[in-house]
Amino acid sequence: MLLRVENLSVQIGSITPLEGVNFDLDKGEILGLVGESGSGKSLTALALAGLLPLIGGRIPTGRLLFDGADMVPMSRSQLRALRGRKIAFVTQNPMTALDPVQRIGDQVDFVSRTHLGLGRKAARARTVELLTQLRIPQADTICNAYPHQLSGGMKQRIVIAMALSGDPELIIADEPTTALDVTVQAQIIQILTTLVRERGLALVLITHDMGVVAQACDKVVVLYAGRLAEQRQVNALFGRPAHPYSAALIGCIPREGMAPGSLVGIPGAVPSVASYPTGCRFHPRCTNAGAGCSDIVPELRSLDAGGAVACHYPLPGIENA
Amino acid sequence: MPDPLLRLQNLSKRFETPNGFLKKPRSMLAVRDVSLSIARGEVVGVVGESGCGKSTLARLALCLLEPSGGSVSFDGADLTGLRARELRRMRQRMTMVFQDPYSSLDPRYRIADAVAEPFAVQGLPVPAGRIAELLSKVGLPASMADSYPHQLSGGQRQRVGIARALALNPDFVVLDEPTASLDVSIQAQIIALIQGLQADLGLTYLFISHDLGLVRYFCTRIVVMYLGAVVEELPDPQAAPRHPYTATLLASTFAPDPAERKQLSELTDEVPSAFDLPKGCAFAGRCPKVTERCRVTVPQLSDGEHPVACFYPL
Ligand SMILES: Nc1ncnc2c1ncn2[C@@H]1O[C@H](COP(=O)(O)OP(=O)(O)O)[C@@H](O)[C@H]1O
Ligand SMILES: Nc1ncnc2c1ncn2[C@@H]1O[C@H](COP(=O)(O)OP(=O)(O)O)[C@@H](O)[C@H]1O
Ligand SMILES: [Mg+2]
Ligand SMILES: [Mg+2]
Repeated sequence: MLLRVENLSVQIGSITPLEGVNFDLDKGEILGLVGESGSGKSLTALALAGLLPLIGGRIPTGRLLFDGADMVPMSRSQLRALRGRKIAFVTQNPMTALDPVQRIGDQVDFVSRTHLGLGRKAARARTVELLTQLRIPQADTICNAYPHQLSGGMKQRIVIAMALSGDPELIIADEPTTALDVTVQAQIIQILTTLVRERGLALVLITHDMGVVAQACDKVVVLYAGRLAEQRQVNALFGRPAHPYSAALIGCIPREGMAPGSLVGIPGAVPSVASYPTGCRFHPRCTNAGAGCSDIVPELRSLDAGGAVACHYPLPGIENA
Repeated sequence: MPDPLLRLQNLSKRFETPNGFLKKPRSMLAVRDVSLSIARGEVVGVVGESGCGKSTLARLALCLLEPSGGSVSFDGADLTGLRARELRRMRQRMTMVFQDPYSSLDPRYRIADAVAEPFAVQGLPVPAGRIAELLSKVGLPASMADSYPHQLSGGQRQRVGIARALALNPDFVVLDEPTASLDVSIQAQIIALIQGLQADLGLTYLFISHDLGLVRYFCTRIVVMYLGAVVEELPDPQAAPRHPYTATLLASTFAPDPAERKQLSELTDEVPSAFDLPKGCAFAGRCPKVTERCRVTVPQLSDGEHPVACFYPL
């Protein structure tokens, strides 16, 4: 197992916006991390990328095993060495990763020069090869361009090229296509899935879109209000969601031939950390809630059919362990 | 179509960029020769990617923007020649819901004031109980009238935007990506709401979106735009695309079902700049079916049931 997340919690000051996250991921796999905004997706991503100190966060409990080594006790410099080299991070807004006043080529070269120790010429050759693989036309000309001269989709490809340049084993992509048009989103998803299959990379793909999850992922972790709701193989999740929240999220995306009026959404909104409900945090919005949901926190239970769910009344069709 | 409520004829809008340092002013057509008739009770979707001219078309349709060419008529009256006062009166019957519920509400005003704004603009008194009635229509508690926008969630703000658009009992509402900045869970709530209001109040909608899946769910007819022009009109939402661009949009719209994964084709080129449109079909550079003819001649939108602007429709 390349990555194993065990009972991960994140603390920022006196609040604990994320707790009890578990999953694992092997080489050649894509794991979707999904939930509405405020679910804890980005905090999970920052934890995996060793970037929590940036926002004053820390990990009070849990382990993050990368290639068998726990990242939680690592020093900042150990984390920095891992990130860029073995673990790469792609954010939603490519401009947070790109320097507006530096040429594209120099920025991508920098990664392989720093992390792989390549010389100037070798680094540039690698950059051009990567950009070409990412279907960027006239890669050597683009190397001389500045970020603002490129379209949003092109910038996101450059960021992916930077991520790949250190030859990582794991890519964490936090909503990499949310800001892009759908045809460009489809291209980026196509590129990422091809990379995973061809290079045996592992990818954590963060999205709020169940359509993207269904299209691209092998397994899925559904987060709600800072806790894990359900964790399944992709076919199982969409075929027979166990958590009412997963089912509701799937039901938010229009499907082919859906009857008018059948798209209902989820009532209410994600609570803020300060007002997390007691018991199951989803209970005020849940159509399946019953006795105990408002005061007893549901434990994560393994399912016979594979995966796990944290719900007192999982949806029918699921055999519980 | 016997008696359209709204009729757009050959509308165009040209924008000029200002004269910059060492830069010549440049101009581009954000909307190119768009004609569209909407009958009473229809829900017409306009779909296309960012920058293709959807918002400009919306503003032209409501005469919030002066066209560079073409005309707009509403309920038989030509709006293009109207004076400001007459136009303002017309605005009681045609309104708009904006994309961004954050910037479309003034943070200094209470929700009641925001909903009452159309009355103030028209110089009309607010009927007793009307604000509470409007809030309840959009699923908000009457007590919210005294709140300020920052106290509301994004979905609640968009409900306020809808209440304001309905304040004067309009016939026609333009919804410009009303759910684009909301979570999918909230988007679905809002769509259910506007669908219910349309049926209850007999409204006519022009619904603008970048999401083909959403307009196929929600609209009775769909207009597809690419770089300012209409490339296809789908006569019913489930009609199979005939334009390769529409087909590409559809193939890029992912279903929430792994059994329906899309086979992704490779779109080679980038979207061209509107300042520097290619000579022929604007989609030629990205089209899998392109021929030499497409690169030199602009295809016109065909007549008939299912209009398409392509020499080799699917
Ligand atoms: N730097 C921070 N300080 C305090 N709270 C934070 C911080 N970052 C995120 N949070 C809170 O943690 C929760 C999860 O946030 P996040 O991981 O950004 O969600 P998502 O990416 O799923 O939208 C939210 O309630 C958010 O307000
Ligand atoms: N007031 C304006 N001045 C100059 N250019 C504009 C103006 N409004 C829109 N545009 C340009 O017109 C094109 C269409 O814009 P818009 O109608 O907003 O597209 P959409 O709503 O489909 O994203 C874009 O290239 C945009 O930059
Ligand atoms: Mg996030
Ligand atoms: Mg727009």
